[in-house]
Amino acid sequence: MAAWLVRRLVASMAIVFAVVTITFFVVHLAHGKPCGSDDRPLPPEICQALCRRFGCDKPLLEQYGKYLAALARGDLGESIGLHRPVADALADAIPNTFTLALAALLIDFALGLALGIYQAVRAGRFGDVAVGNVALLVNSMPVFWLGLVLLLVFAQWLRWFPAGGITNPILCPRLDSPYCLLDFLWHLTLPALTLGLVGAASTARYQRAAMLEVVRQDYVRTARAKGLREQRVLLVHALRNALLPIITLFGLAFPFLFTGAVLIETVFAWPGMGRLAVNAIFQRDYPVVTGAALLTSAMVVLGNLIADALYAVADPRIRVRGGEGGP
Amino acid sequence: MGGAAVLALAVVAALRRRVRATAPGRRFFRHPTAGPGVFVLTFFVTIAFAAPVVAPYPPYYQIDIEHPNHPPSAQFLLGTDPLSRDVWSRVVYGARVSLGIGAVAMLVAASVGTAVGAVAGYFRRWVDTTLMRLVDVGLAMPRIFVLLMAVALWEHIALWVLVLLIGLTGWFGTSRLVRAEVLSLREREFVAAARALGAGAGRVIFRHVLPNAAAPIIVSAALGIGHMMLLEAGLSFLGMGVPSPTPSWGNMIADGWHKMAVAWWSATFPGLAISLVVMALNAVGDALRDALDPRREAV
Repeated sequence: MAAWLVRRLVASMAIVFAVVTITFFVVHLAHGKPCGSDDRPLPPEICQALCRRFGCDKPLLEQYGKYLAALARGDLGESIGLHRPVADALADAIPNTFTLALAALLIDFALGLALGIYQAVRAGRFGDVAVGNVALLVNSMPVFWLGLVLLLVFAQWLRWFPAGGITNPILCPRLDSPYCLLDFLWHLTLPALTLGLVGAASTARYQRAAMLEVVRQDYVRTARAKGLREQRVLLVHALRNALLPIITLFGLAFPFLFTGAVLIETVFAWPGMGRLAVNAIFQRDYPVVTGAALLTSAMVVLGNLIADALYAVADPRIRVRGGEGGP
Repeated sequence: MGGAAVLALAVVAALRRRVRATAPGRRFFRHPTAGPGVFVLTFFVTIAFAAPVVAPYPPYYQIDIEHPNHPPSAQFLLGTDPLSRDVWSRVVYGARVSLGIGAVAMLVAASVGTAVGAVAGYFRRWVDTTLMRLVDVGLAMPRIFVLLMAVALWEHIALWVLVLLIGLTGWFGTSRLVRAEVLSLREREFVAAARALGAGAGRVIFRHVLPNAAAPIIVSAALGIGHMMLLEAGLSFLGMGVPSPTPSWGNMIADGWHKMAVAWWSATFPGLAISLVVMALNAVGDALRDALDPRREAV
């Protein structure tokens, strides 16, 4: 297990390194320097001074080398647009994205598991088909559009929830009172619900399939033959084994949550990493873009790694070999 | 519109009659959502092709710029948008763009993915290792970032480049699937026989291995078109996809978004169209999986 973990960690770092390299070159090969736009150029001497400051007068490979050297020290460079270190800007945004992702994950799994189990119990009957079709529809929606529709209904028409932002900026500039915490949760509800609902739709599909798969096994027949009530057979005996695939889903949820966050944070004006990255892309803030790509790919890779490791721990049928490959 | 619906119904009925004779056809239509799925797809493909006939107004025509945001009525079926263009007409013309981008991008992705997967699975060794590490990197890349970067940094990107980019960042999953399929197929007797008869690698791959791997490729392509469409919609929504005024369902949502409080229809209906088409694609994809690949159980 330890050897396998080390191998996977090294491979994961290699992947993140490759993503950083590709991002770096894609970003820098595109034309454009911090010299204003084409129709409103900066004076050449200011442009040169800026270039010297941010290092864009050097050859590309030298810039790359410098970037890597700084990266090794944990320095992600300085943002061009925000006038502060990239690491600081990311550090401000990450907790917001994480809170949103965590809340979404909670809704995703709670609702997805419940619906999936309900569907499996009622397999083939009206409840199963109805839930299945609604889940398929929700799963097919553009996540930002669902966000807009929820905004329209719950913020504009019913006025139950705020239309965006993370807290009330006047009453609660920071989270230092129970009232502000409630305000924060109140702002969190709609974006988390949007991401969570879309996630729950696919979780329910997987959970239903996993339950139905398990129900065919011999030990379930044994449990039934013992005369246990159907409810107990399904919810105790079958469910425990049907929960395993959820671990894989947990790994798969990461990329979705971060991709979805890019759009959802834009819709709900949520000051997280996705919005930071989108704004940076619009402003051609190269260091922020590269930093955000680094962080996102690291999350995705780490999510997969954790899922694989959890799977190996949870399912004794899966043996991790130290020598080659993974589970 | 009525014509398109009737045609779509006729297509479903004809298809049902034609394929009833075969076992895969019966398995396909055993899915309760397969028929409606085919109906929705045929409907939107029809209005896309017949757009000039179906749409009451040209897609760029600003009907009454003094009075935009006309609610849905008999005259404007789905209302008019903040620039006073008929939403239904733009949904119809947008079907061309959105469906076209989804289909072409998926074609690119499926071709590249199949080629890479087949080469990796057939030749194994270092070829396989190299290509699959590449795929690992591709899967770890935040795809929407990469596309946003590409589009934002290279200004004035042409539509076909965008489609190509969406396709070229979407083949990683397909290649893994094909590789797994090829790895198992290449050990079968008929492949050994073909090789014993002196067939070269290209011939073995194209004539013997890939035709037998067609089912999973087709299924993943059907499911993949939906992903491509959602991605295009997301990019267009951020203003980085299909440039205005060309109507795509994604940038129609972007156009209507800011006026949603007063005119909910202009952003809602294009999104509904995307949802319906993607749902139909998912339903048809699921049914195709059962029809073409009976070994795998129905989900």
